[in-house]
Amino acid sequence: MLDSLKSFLDGSVSGTPGQLNNQVWALIYVLIIFAGVSVAVIAMNWLERKALAHFQVRLGPMRVGPHGLLQPIADAVKLLIKEDIIPAESDKFVFWIAPLIGLLAAFTVYTVVPFGPSQAVSDMNIGILFMLGVSSLAVLGIVMAGWASNSHYPLIGALRSSAQMVSYEVAMGLAVISAILMTSLHGTGLYGVSSLGDGTGTLSMIGIVQAQQEQHVWFLFKFFPLGLIAFVIFAIAMVAETNRAPFDLPEAESELTAGFHTEYSGLRWSLFMLAEYAAMIAVSSIAVTLWLGGWLRPFPNLLSGATWDFIFALFPGLTFLALGAIALLGTVRMPKHPYFKIQTIGLAAFGVVLAGIGVLLLAVPIAAKVSNQSILSRSTEALMNVYWFVAKVAVFMYLYIWYRATWPRYRFDQLMKVGWKVMLPISLGALILTAIVGVLLG
Amino acid sequence: MADIGTLHYLVVAAALFVLGVIGVLTRRNVVIVLMSIELILNAVNLNLVAFSRMWGNLHGQVFSIFIVVDAAAEAAVGLGILIAFFRNKETINVDEIDLLKW
Amino acid sequence: MTPVATPFFFYMLSGLAIIGGLLVITRRNAVHSALALILTLLAVAGLYLMLYAPFVAGVQIIVYAGGIMVLFLFVIMLVSLERTVKERQFNRIWPVGLLASCALLALLLGVYAKGKTLFEGRPAPPLTESSNTQQIGLMLYGNYMFAFEVASLLLLVAILGAVIMAKKRI
Repeated sequence: MLDSLKSFLDGSVSGTPGQLNNQVWALIYVLIIFAGVSVAVIAMNWLERKALAHFQVRLGPMRVGPHGLLQPIADAVKLLIKEDIIPAESDKFVFWIAPLIGLLAAFTVYTVVPFGPSQAVSDMNIGILFMLGVSSLAVLGIVMAGWASNSHYPLIGALRSSAQMVSYEVAMGLAVISAILMTSLHGTGLYGVSSLGDGTGTLSMIGIVQAQQEQHVWFLFKFFPLGLIAFVIFAIAMVAETNRAPFDLPEAESELTAGFHTEYSGLRWSLFMLAEYAAMIAVSSIAVTLWLGGWLRPFPNLLSGATWDFIFALFPGLTFLALGAIALLGTVRMPKHPYFKIQTIGLAAFGVVLAGIGVLLLAVPIAAKVSNQSILSRSTEALMNVYWFVAKVAVFMYLYIWYRATWPRYRFDQLMKVGWKVMLPISLGALILTAIVGVLLG
Repeated sequence: MADIGTLHYLVVAAALFVLGVIGVLTRRNVVIVLMSIELILNAVNLNLVAFSRMWGNLHGQVFSIFIVVDAAAEAAVGLGILIAFFRNKETINVDEIDLLKW
Repeated sequence: MTPVATPFFFYMLSGLAIIGGLLVITRRNAVHSALALILTLLAVAGLYLMLYAPFVAGVQIIVYAGGIMVLFLFVIMLVSLERTVKERQFNRIWPVGLLASCALLALLLGVYAKGKTLFEGRPAPPLTESSNTQQIGLMLYGNYMFAFEVASLLLLVAILGAVIMAKKRI
């Protein structure tokens, strides 16, 4: 086991743990992903409350930690110590298993999400197909949750939610197909379709990003309006898939008293919320991989070369330094009352930690440039890949919160009408046009 | 045991098939009968894919995709019929759906 | 990619599939049967993966477990009454059905035992799994083009049929 650990680290073999049949590293990746997603969910919880508050010209949680930074932890503790209420006539087994199925479906998608050219838990050849299939299993969890609660609000909420998810899955799948079509082209540039190459596309997620790298263009901009249309369809469908605003009628508090998770309390409800946020991050990762170039930094081919690589490799460190500076600025602006002493110290410590991480992340590419050790340059590369991927997914997360703050909710019949009568024809049309353009230009 | 060969998969498929047949023949609940039919179709699919692996070509897999399509269509229509019947007579037991005979 | 621990996975997956099948036909509550069927479908998808059929496994999960089972659960929720759980679950002639099925099983196993030699000695040819989807696509749009179009017509007819059957007034 030790040499399987070492052989993976020293870069003599390259490939995902799935390809190398390396179970130990696969397990380590799974644990890292699990930890990362949990941290991301906690951060999302905080960011959502603060950003929604600032959109609504108020402050959001400010008391629990400095600027509410410890609020998610307080929420988690509250949920854990709540009483576990199970409705009397409910089906106990189904009631218990429903959140687990939703959670399973949300987290299994991460098996195929690539963070680098060989950093995925297992790069399956049917990666995208696997992702579509597993995300369609989430519907089952919701249906069972509504059924097992034995009460009409959850039942109606579950039926509506699953009808919505199934409808938007179709549009999502068609948008994905039109991105897959573009992987079979080999020409470079916005409209490049080379007639060389065997015209073989790929369904594997790493292959899709590598196709974007080879074609020197993000699929967002390929065949100009068509890639954008497919991306927009997917972006709207993914918001509907995860039951987020403006498609959150099934779980909106003012409409259905929280829909399918009405009867769930405490830890079980937090499992639903975890599944929802994890699913949001998962489908955003899919959107980033398919259209936004995955782990590729901006302009990998246009601005290539060692100096540009070095400049772009400084971005992670600079980002964290900027975040640390913002935190320290917040420290300076804290009220000078002795009541706030602990919060000021806490925020200053947080700012120092962020700045320290920034300095560490700056040190890696600088050290890689100064000395020429291969482990440092490989870790710079890995750092860059992960950073750009996470940055793009973070943009999507902010967009989710922005949508929730800005747009009113769709009524259910409007929602279904949009799903079937608007999204499906547009995505079908984009698919057909992509295929026609690909054949005509080739 | 030894290497897992085609015969192992065929036996599993036969077991699933027989379980499905028992379900169709003995249960009274229409929905469970329809689910047993899905079991039968899955057993057939497993057979096809096992043979496709044995012969090394993909005809079996393509046929099994068609069977999945067919199963979806049949489940949809069957459940539609069930709903239409449930509206008339509030029952989902197979032996109570005998309106044609008085 | 070399397969690993094949007998373990085969026995686990086929055990899950058969247990799921048993639960489907014996549960009193239709929702439990549906859950058991989902378990069977996912286990069979795993068996397809072991048989080097990743595309069929993907189709199985997307269409069967993610689509058809949702449909079943919807209908179960719509038509399930309280009294069905307390009624008699099996037919009056269930021994006959059981006997016939056992005869069928005996027939199948007898055929397999007698023809055992046909299945051995045939080395499984190495299938390249990297182009499974591409090859299936080529066959679907090549040899089986007509069947493909007819299948799409079948789905159209099924949609129409289901909508008309479930409408309140035609």
